[in-house]
Formats: sequence, structure tokens, C-alpha cells
Amino acid sequence: MMRRMFPAPLLSLALLALWLLLNNASLGLGQWLLGTFLGVLVPLLTQSLRPTPVRFRRPWVALRLFMQVGYDVIVWNWRVLRGTLATGKRMPRGGFVVVPLDMRDPNGLAVLAAIMCVIPGTIWSELALDRSALLVHMFDLDDAAAEIELIKRRYERPLMEIFE
Amino acid sequence: MIPPLPLWVEIPVALLLALSGVFTLVAAIGVVRFRSFFQRMHPPALAFSFSAWCVTLASILYFSAQDGALSLHAWLIIIFLSLTVPVTTILLSRTELFRRRNSGDPDMPPPLSASVPLSADADDSSPTPR
Amino acid sequence: MSPLLFSAIVFTMGCYITAMALALLRLVRGPSAQDRVLAMDLICTIAMLILMVLAIRYRSAMYFEAALLVSIFGFVSSAAMAKFLLRGEVIE
Repeated sequence: MMRRMFPAPLLSLALLALWLLLNNASLGLGQWLLGTFLGVLVPLLTQSLRPTPVRFRRPWVALRLFMQVGYDVIVWNWRVLRGTLATGKRMPRGGFVVVPLDMRDPNGLAVLAAIMCVIPGTIWSELALDRSALLVHMFDLDDAAAEIELIKRRYERPLMEIFE
Repeated sequence: MIPPLPLWVEIPVALLLALSGVFTLVAAIGVVRFRSFFQRMHPPALAFSFSAWCVTLASILYFSAQDGALSLHAWLIIIFLSLTVPVTTILLSRTELFRRRNSGDPDMPPPLSASVPLSADADDSSPTPR
Repeated sequence: MSPLLFSAIVFTMGCYITAMALALLRLVRGPSAQDRVLAMDLICTIAMLILMVLAIRYRSAMYFEAALLVSIFGFVSSAAMAKFLLRGEVIE
């Protein structure tokens, strides 16, 4: 019964939180009721649109990954800012790297794609059909092997712990 | 007449706003200046990530101090941007790869899955030239 | 509005307008269609940022709704255009 009512409890909670944010957290009873109603109804209606169920584990790893991504965004912002304004020899030379992937879970890959695109300096360009490799364009490419190592260690491993 | 805000609110708000202005300007400079399309795709991410965060933080600070209550309304902008920007970016980069490969550009990397036979669950939106 | 905050807002607006003009230059010049979509996306985001700064300038939270709308329209239009360039049709 509970599973049928709430096929995705996390999604329900997130929808309720979003609704309250949209109303600037006015804590009236009506808004709470409306938010709960949306949180129950929308996951039920969109169930067939979500192909694979999300298995979300280890919230602490997720929190640490979240902080890491926030920190990396700031660091990379600074690097892209400097690279954009650089002239002559210090102009950044972009290039493609192919990252071999160990992760196969589509939800984890979706989160990895979002991380790669939100961080300036890396763009997710292509995923192999069998999800075994990933083509990433880097803004400033010095040492391709080190960058691949970094992507795998920093983002892929925590995501594998969370989603697989 | 609304009373002015204390100085310890105004200084961070002013700093955050100025910072976001500078980062957005650099993003636009990058869009104009670089020669290759993929290089041009990186600077706008400055405006999408850091500038938007700064403005959002500034407005959260400002409106919270003004109303005397936590005003988290502006978080929606960050959440929304972090959901939509990857979609646009991935679509654009795939478009560029697809069109440049189709026109036979030697600078583009070869398709990742050229030697891999099409499996049953392969999505049909792969940028392999047909 | 204190002079400090007012001058910060004027400076930020100046940066945004210049950035918008530069992006417009890329939109007009941009050799390929993808460049134009990218520039359009950046312009929409800057318009959203301008609305958020205006919200602070005029002390009105109503501007947030406008900012959200602008960013939603920007997203939908650039996603649709990119999809069109990729496949030749928007909805398959």
C-alpha cells in the first residue's frame, strides 16, 4: 500500500519542498496541503516516464559529493576566468579526452552528466552506446591522464557508491 | 519610507553583485573571443553557475534582512538553472559534433561507438553519421 | 537605497549590458547556427540576472516570477532549437 502510494518517496519530498520554496515558505496549512497533494500525485502520474527506479543510498557520500562539486565549481570558475582573459602563449588549448566508465546505472550517469556540465571547463559531449566510455571536452588540457584519473576518482566513484 | 539596511548586509550584497557582473562580462568576452566552438561553450558556464549563485545569494541576504525573515525564494533559480543548463549544453555539444562530423571535419574526434554493434537498447539519438 | 548599494547595482548593470551587447555580436556574426543558439541562451540568462538585480533595486520580490519565466522560455527555446539542428525536427 505504502509502496503503491509513494513509488518515489524522495521525489515526493522534493516536490513538496519545491512548492513551499515557490511560495516563499509561507507556512499556511493550505500550501502544505497543496504541496503534499502534488507530491503524491505527480510521482504516480509520471511513473511510466521514469524507466529505472532510483536506488539512493549513503546520503553522507552524497552530501560530501555535493560539497565537493560546489568547491570545484568555484575553483574551475576561477581557472576559466583566467584562461578566458589570457593572451599569447598562455591561451588555453582545449581538447577532447575519452574517459572509460565503470558505472552503468543510468541515473548515476545522468547525475554525472549534470555535474560535468555545471562545472565550467568540462563539457560532456558523447556517451558510447554501450555506456563504456565518455567523450569530454576540457577547456584547458595539460595532462589528459591526470584529468581522467581526477574525473573517475572524484565523481564516478562516489556516484557508484550512491547509485549502485 | 523604508529604513536603510545595516552596513554588514549592504557590503556583502554589493560585493556579490559586483562579482557576478564581472564574471558575466568575462563569459561574454569568452563567447566573442575564442575561435573554436567547443572552446566558446565553456565561458557561458561562468554566467550559468557562479554569477547566478552570487546574485541569488545577494538577493537571499537582502530580502531576508529587509523582511526580517528567511526568504529562500531565490533558491529556485539555482535549482532550476542546475537542472536545465546540462540539457542545453549536452544538446548543443552533440549538435556541433554531429554536424561537423557530417561535413567531414578532420578535427573532430571519431565516434566512440563506431566499432560497437548496435545493441537492442541503444538509443536512436546517437550522433553517429548515417 | 544607500549610495554604496546603488553604485554597486549601477556597476553590475553596466557589466550585464556590455555582456549582452557582446553576446549579441556573436549572435549576429556567429558562423554556425549553434553559435547563435549559444549566444541566445547566454542572452536569456543575462536577462534573468538583470531581473534579479532589478528585484533588489526596487525592493520587490515580484521580479522573481519574471526571472523564472524568462529563464524557462530561454531553456525551452534553446533546447528546441538545438534539437531541431540535431535532428531536423523538434518532436519525433
